[in-house]
Amino acid sequence: MTVEEISSYLREYNGRPLTFMEVCGSHTAAIAKFGIKEILSDKIRLISGPGCPVCVTPSAYIDRLIALAKEPDTCVVTFGDMLRVPGSTQSLSEAKGEGAKVAMVYSPMDMLPLAKEHPEITYVFAAVGFETTAPVYTLLLEEAIREEMKNIRLLTALKTMPKAIEWLLTEGAKLDGFLAPGHVCAVTGSSYFDELAARYQIPFAVSGFGDVELLTAIYGLVRMAEQGENTVKNFYPSVVERQGNTIAGEKMKTFFEPCDAVWRGMGMIPGSGLCLREEYKQFDAGSAGLIVDKKRNLGCCCGKILMGRMEPKDCPLFGKACTPGNPQGACMVSYEGSCYQHFTNG
Amino acid sequence: MERIRMEHGSGGRATGELIAEIFEQAFSNEVLSQMEDSAVVEGSGRIAITTDSFVVTPLEFPGGDIGRLCICGTVNDLLMRGAVPKYVTCGFILEEGADVAQLKRIVSSMAATAREAGVTVVAGDTKVVEGNGGIFINTTGVGFVPEGVDIKASGSRPGDVILVSGNMGDHHAAILSSRMEITNSIQSDNAPLNDMVTKLLEQKVEVHVLRDVTRGGLATVLKELAVSSGLKFEIEETKLPVHPQVRDFCGLLGLDPLYMGNEGKMVAIVAKEDAGRALEMIRSAAYGENAAILGTVEAPAEESERGKLILKTRIGGRRILDEPQGEGLPRIC
Repeated sequence: MTVEEISSYLREYNGRPLTFMEVCGSHTAAIAKFGIKEILSDKIRLISGPGCPVCVTPSAYIDRLIALAKEPDTCVVTFGDMLRVPGSTQSLSEAKGEGAKVAMVYSPMDMLPLAKEHPEITYVFAAVGFETTAPVYTLLLEEAIREEMKNIRLLTALKTMPKAIEWLLTEGAKLDGFLAPGHVCAVTGSSYFDELAARYQIPFAVSGFGDVELLTAIYGLVRMAEQGENTVKNFYPSVVERQGNTIAGEKMKTFFEPCDAVWRGMGMIPGSGLCLREEYKQFDAGSAGLIVDKKRNLGCCCGKILMGRMEPKDCPLFGKACTPGNPQGACMVSYEGSCYQHFTNG
Repeated sequence: MERIRMEHGSGGRATGELIAEIFEQAFSNEVLSQMEDSAVVEGSGRIAITTDSFVVTPLEFPGGDIGRLCICGTVNDLLMRGAVPKYVTCGFILEEGADVAQLKRIVSSMAATAREAGVTVVAGDTKVVEGNGGIFINTTGVGFVPEGVDIKASGSRPGDVILVSGNMGDHHAAILSSRMEITNSIQSDNAPLNDMVTKLLEQKVEVHVLRDVTRGGLATVLKELAVSSGLKFEIEETKLPVHPQVRDFCGLLGLDPLYMGNEGKMVAIVAKEDAGRALEMIRSAAYGENAAILGTVEAPAEESERGKLILKTRIGGRRILDEPQGEGLPRIC
C-alpha cells in the first residue's frame, strides 16, 4: 500500500470507534509534529499514555534532587527537561537560581569529565527514564568502576513499561490497542509485550517515529483491532528485533533489579521500576522511599491525563494557570508531555 | 602582548597599545582615525538605527566567528527595514585573560565583513573586566531608508507570498555541534544580506515584510509576523529548505529545524504577482541559492485563525506552530 492509500483509509475509516494509546512520549511529540490526528477519521482516537519520563516522576524525587543540589560539594547533573519539573515547593531551575548546583548535559557520559576534573565534588545524575535510557547509566557506572571514581552517584527513578500498561488495563482504561514504544522495543525486543497482548486480548503495534512509520503502525492497529488479532506486530523492523539488544539487556540485569515505583498521578505500581542492585548501592544517592507525590496545584489533572482519562484541554488549569512558561504539572513541562503538545500545537 | 590584562582597560599606555595594534589597524578609516569623542558623519532623510550585543560561545565556530557575526547581525537588522547600512559602532568588553591573537583574528574578520557589507566602523570602545578570557561585543548600526520604502513587521496583506532565503538551522546546528564536540561539516550561515535586499528593492519588487531568521528560528519569526498583521500564515513542510546534514543532526538530538536559529537568512513577504521574480532575484544573489517559496498569507476565515501560523505536513496533516517554549532541549528517550 502507498502512503496515500493508508492516509485515505485512515481518513475515511467508518467502522466501530477505536481508541488507541501511544505509550511513548516521543510518539506523542511526533504525532503532534506531523499533524497525524488531523488525518485520522473521527472514529479513531489517539490518547497519550504515561511514557514521558519526567512527566511520571513524583514530586518527592524532585525534592530530593533539590536537597542534594543544595548540599555542600554536591552537584546534580541532569537532562534539560528535568530542570523545570515542579517539586512540592520549587523546581531544580528555581533552586539553581538560589545557588543550588545543577549542571545540564546531553548524555550521562558527559558527567565523567566533570567528575574527573573536580574529584572533591560529588556528582549525582538524575537517572530517570525507561528501558531505553537505563542501559546508558550502566555504561556510566562501568566507566566509573574502571576509572575507580569515587564521586559519581545516581538518583534513580527508572521505570519499565509492561507493569504500567497492565495497571492501566486493570484500572479499566477503555482501549482498543497500543502503539508500542519503538525505542523501548529496540532494547527489549518486540516480544516484550507478547504476554500482555495475550492476557488482556489487545493488539500492540511497535512503531517508529517518522510520519510514514506512525501512519503505517496506526493503520496496522486498526486492521488488527478490526480482525481481533490480539498480538504484537512489529512495524519498526529496521530497528526493532524480536529479541532486542541482548547486550543492553544483560547490562541492565547486571546493575539493576525490579522494584516498586511511584508514577506521578497514578501511584505505586509494584515491580514497575528499576533500582541499583545491592552490590552497586555505593553509587546510589538515596533513591529508595521517594514515594510522596504532592501536587503543586490541587487542580492539576496530570494523573488523569497520563491515564488517558482526560484530554489536556479539559483540565481546569490548562492554558490558564498552567502553561509551558509556568507549568503546574509535569505534563506541561516536557516537550514529550501531552499537555505541552496540546498547548503548543493546538 | 599575549593575554588581555586589567591594565589594558586603564586608559593609559596599555590601552593605547591595544587600540593601535588591533582596532586601528583593522578598522582604519578617516572618521575613526580622528580619535574624537564622537564620530561626525554625513547623512540625511530617514535614519534606521539598531543595536545588538553578541555573547556567543565558542568565539570561533565552523563558518564564522563573533566578529563576522556581530557585523552580519547588525547590518541585517538595518536591511530588514529596507535601509542602506552605512555606519557601525562597536563596544568591546574583554575579560582579563582573553587571548590577544584570537582577538586579532576576530577583529580582522569583523573588518573584512564590514567591507563586504559596505559599512564603516566609525566609533568604538574597549573595556576590560575581571573574568575568564571572554570577549563580548556590542554593535550599533546606522543606515538610511530610501524615499518610498516602507517595510515593516506588520506589513503583510492577504494573498501575499512567503519566501525564505535559504536553508534553515545551519548556524544553530554549527554552534551546537561545536559545543558538543560533534564532528561534521555543518557551517554557520552568518552572512550579510545586502545583495539580495538591494536586488529586491532596486528591481521594485513589492516587498511588504523582511525579517532575518535569527534566534527562535523560522517558526518564531513567522508567528510574530502573523500576530503583528492579524492574518493567517500557511506554509508547507515539503517546501522548507534544510540541508540534509542539519536535518539528520536535528533528528538525532530531537531538535526541530523550524525553531533553529540562523544568522544569514531572511523571510520576505511580497505581493503575489511579484513572488516568482522575487524568488529568482534572491536565488541569484549572494547567499540566496537555496531560497524557496514557503506559503501564503491569508485573511482569517474566523476570529480564532487570526495570527495563526499553520504548517501543512508532508503527509497531509496540519500542525499549528507557536512561539517556542523554553530552550530547545534534546529529548531523553
